[in-house]
Amino acid sequence: MILRGRVWKYGDDVNTDVIFPGKYTYTINDPAEMARHALEDLDPTFASQAQPGDIVVGGKNWGNGSSREQAVISLRAVGVTALIARSIARIYFRNAVNNGLLPIVCPPAVDAIQNGETVEIDVDRHVVRCVAGEIEFPPLSPSAQAIIAAGGLIPMLKTRLAPPSS
Amino acid sequence: MAGKTFAEKALARAAGLPGVVAGQIVDAAPDLAFSHDNTAPIARTFYSLGVTRVKYPERLAFTMDHAVPAPTTAHAQNHVEARRFAAEQGVTNIFDVGRGICHQVLSEEALARPGDTVLGADSHTPHFGWLGAFAAGVGRSEMAAVWATGELWLRVPDSVRVYLTGDWPQGVTSKDFCLRLIGDQGADGGIYLSIEFDGPAVSSLSIDSRPVIPNMMAEFGAKNAYLAPDDSLFDWLAPRRARRVGQPVAAVREEMAARALYPDSDATYLAEYHYDVSQLEPMIALPHRVDKVKPLSEVRGVRVQQAFLGTCTNGRLEDLAAAADVVRGRSVAAGTRFVVIPASSEVYMAALRAGHIETLLAAGAAIGTPGCGPCMGNHMGVPAPNEVTISSANRNFQGRMGTRDAEVYLANPAVVAATAIAGYIVDPREVMG
Ligand code: SF4
Repeated sequence: MILRGRVWKYGDDVNTDVIFPGKYTYTINDPAEMARHALEDLDPTFASQAQPGDIVVGGKNWGNGSSREQAVISLRAVGVTALIARSIARIYFRNAVNNGLLPIVCPPAVDAIQNGETVEIDVDRHVVRCVAGEIEFPPLSPSAQAIIAAGGLIPMLKTRLAPPSS
Repeated sequence: MAGKTFAEKALARAAGLPGVVAGQIVDAAPDLAFSHDNTAPIARTFYSLGVTRVKYPERLAFTMDHAVPAPTTAHAQNHVEARRFAAEQGVTNIFDVGRGICHQVLSEEALARPGDTVLGADSHTPHFGWLGAFAAGVGRSEMAAVWATGELWLRVPDSVRVYLTGDWPQGVTSKDFCLRLIGDQGADGGIYLSIEFDGPAVSSLSIDSRPVIPNMMAEFGAKNAYLAPDDSLFDWLAPRRARRVGQPVAAVREEMAARALYPDSDATYLAEYHYDVSQLEPMIALPHRVDKVKPLSEVRGVRVQQAFLGTCTNGRLEDLAAAADVVRGRSVAAGTRFVVIPASSEVYMAALRAGHIETLLAAGAAIGTPGCGPCMGNHMGVPAPNEVTISSANRNFQGRMGTRDAEVYLANPAVVAATAIAGYIVDPREVMG
């Protein structure tokens, strides 16, 4: 599978409060509405200008802070397919896998990629192609890959827990 | 063969395996899986799985704490849905509006024991490490999966050991140590790791100041944080657990001690840090980062419009007592508000009995219903743009308390109280003079 999109590049320690503010967490349930608040306190232009297929690039400790899944779902609802970062906070990483947002931990790719350029991710070959060249990234663990391949944790469980068809 | 860390032992137990090593992925069955105001959306995801019954309702717990009493109709509706789900699924461990914050209440209720594995749909779940449990935060979908299947995949984390020695100086708390550690190592210094604390300066900590450490380790990026359980913990927890299970305290205590897990002395750690706490001083985290830390003396004088004492980090009896000591016979500064929210109804009652609530009220504090209050910007003390808050909470991210244009400083309870009196950040000794 190839993912291709425009890059929105941000810095280090982008936390869940600026990705999706806590004050909305118990009142907004519709992903489309979550999308309108994605990165609200970090980059107010993002939600209105990002396109389906876009890719977010961050520095170290992306998504630190809350366990709120909306910090992933809001990006997915905008259409973001992958997150490339120097490091990703652990709950954010799990939420990404569980919601089909491909998390790529790859400092060299973060160094190479410029804001606004279009990059290509070859998921099966674990390679990012950007203006500066091709960069390999470490593959996910087999269990995480299985979840992403199923489209996320909930779709995977739906298949696993479905009563045998009669 | 190398010895085992606490995390390796706890996850081997939770996965029903004879032994596991760091890096291994296991299916762990938590002894306790909890959620709070996010229970309703998790319930929707749960039902979308096509499952009708929670696998182990007795292992679940819900608290209504993040926005209580409901500030808006939408919040109230959310609580209604959570209550209905608990009733439908036979979840009896539901702690409703006014009981307090999940981490504090479920500790008081003795729902987690040393050696247990706890999963919570909340990032500060490592809090339960103060009970000697393995405790990690998970997302909402994952919690729905736990409800459905009783288990979840977890990677066994690498561990770091933190060894604390020395006597705690007067006025220096476990909060100051945490800010210092996170300031030294950075907010990502513990990412993915199990942080395992031991040493004489851990055992000498009071019960109320212990949970601060694993609670704050969420801000360090940790998956889990652990304090080695000791006699004072068993003394506190056993009577509570005995009440819960209806058995004699002595028998419960014995079983609890036997179930406790300790790392082997030759366990493999990624790193070991040693702090002599007698060298510490009160610390402050500056906006908007928990690792932007300076000694109190360098931050003195910053004007503050709101002081907030509460949260799962520092809203316990000892914290209210420390604040009461500072404000006794004094008044909150003009132009500054002092919001105090006990972490639980139990804390509230004990503070009432001890006279702390009266002391705080007399000084001009506003007391709120036990719960999270303004910690994450929901209600009961959110700042206006351009206002400055000093808070006893664990997190000061931009926008955390409701508006991205406010600033939040983090400090220990006595410093928060002293600042309320002075109107600017100040050393409690100066106020109490
Ligand atoms: S008090 Fe704050 S940090 Fe603690 S559980 Fe509530 S919102 Fe989270």
